[in-house]
Amino acid sequence: MTAADLKPEVRAALVERLTALADDELVLGHRDAEWTGHAPILEEDIAIANVAQDEIGHAVLWYGLVQELTGADPDHLAFFRDAREFRSAALVEQPRGDWAFTMLRQYLFDTYEAELLPRLMRSTYTPISEVAAKVNREELFHLRHSALWVERLAFGTDESRRRLQAAVNDLWPLMPQLLAALPGDALLAAEGIYPDTAELAGAVMPRLEGELARLELSLPATDAQGGADAAVAAGTRSERGDGLLAALLADMQSVARADPTAESW
Amino acid sequence: MNSVLNGVTTNERGPQPRPLDASEQAVWQALATVTDPEIPVLNIVEMGLVREVSFRTAATSATGAETGPRASTATVHVVITPTFSGCPALHVIEENVASAVRDAGFPQVEVTSRLSPPWSTDEMTDVARRKLEEFGIAPPQPHGGLLQIALDAPVRCPRCGHPDTRLRNPFGSALCREIRTCQGCHETFERFKPL
Repeated sequence: MTAADLKPEVRAALVERLTALADDELVLGHRDAEWTGHAPILEEDIAIANVAQDEIGHAVLWYGLVQELTGADPDHLAFFRDAREFRSAALVEQPRGDWAFTMLRQYLFDTYEAELLPRLMRSTYTPISEVAAKVNREELFHLRHSALWVERLAFGTDESRRRLQAAVNDLWPLMPQLLAALPGDALLAAEGIYPDTAELAGAVMPRLEGELARLELSLPATDAQGGADAAVAAGTRSERGDGLLAALLADMQSVARADPTAESW
Repeated sequence: MNSVLNGVTTNERGPQPRPLDASEQAVWQALATVTDPEIPVLNIVEMGLVREVSFRTAATSATGAETGPRASTATVHVVITPTFSGCPALHVIEENVASAVRDAGFPQVEVTSRLSPPWSTDEMTDVARRKLEEFGIAPPQPHGGLLQIALDAPVRCPRCGHPDTRLRNPFGSALCREIRTCQGCHETFERFKPL
């Protein structure tokens, strides 16, 4: 299936979902890039910069698919939209925190992608299956890196364990929002374009629960279980009350907006 | 070997190979002068980054057939594929491809990039692997799609040849590389990651 085969309502739903995929990658890439020059050791400074560069590269690919449908320029989507137009998840918008927070966030997101991307490789929409095939190979390196760090922090020192558990307490409640369906997702699932979000969540959450239990970490209640305040405050991807993204964009977009006519390198 | 089908040159993909004509040879030779800016010893042809070379002329589109050498009025279309999708070298390579083909006597050049099928280090030639090792970067082992196994397979030190080397960091100075340490000479080196 290509862009020409899409019914108008499916096309609109697809633009929303692709925007969410791209925004997650861009925002996470920006948060990771905030470590450049500040990581705990030089080699990890290099590693997190690599991960950031990959995620932003993946954002460009997903924005490219939005462009095929709407004509919108990827640079415009990244640098000239306001926070209310973004569809990123609260998980990726959180400030970078300490190293345990950043590594756990990356691990949660990498595991989510490890389940999502193979499903997207089977998408009936050819441009999605092609991008997913490319991205999936590169993501393998991310998960190997973040999984090792989470394990190292879990069984390192009392201090590393305390910090990792604190990160779990903050980030775990945001997982349901990352995995929640957008209003148009049912249409996409019916066409085989995007996986059924309940089935995806049913693969991601038990996998993470198993891994985090193996690391002897305790999991706080999630929003879906009637729990934590953080998840309630996070709302949906299109309603945002915390101002975190606006602050991030004010920083990330400032150079592009200072001279909108400037040409990239 | 490059092969040609219906005027379209592809890299080891044509089912009915025929020899390259003079213009096609000239373009492929020009492409073989374009290096990856992050690995100056390798050219983009031996890395397997060139997906397609084709010529468009008024005569071609009218008859649908392709015969004889192309005039310099033909538009040369070169399709390349990225190594890692976030690699900033892609833009530089695109520009260098265009100028190399222009310098070879084809003023009209169109360079596009294609994602599918995704590039794999298995597409590197043996010559490219040898050059990488001589340059001091351990080459990626061929993996036939079994990436996970290739990632954990032993890597030989490109400096002293010792077989026991350890992964230090899965990320290195460029997206395509990881950092390893040799247990023999204790030097740190980079490996081109299998992809």
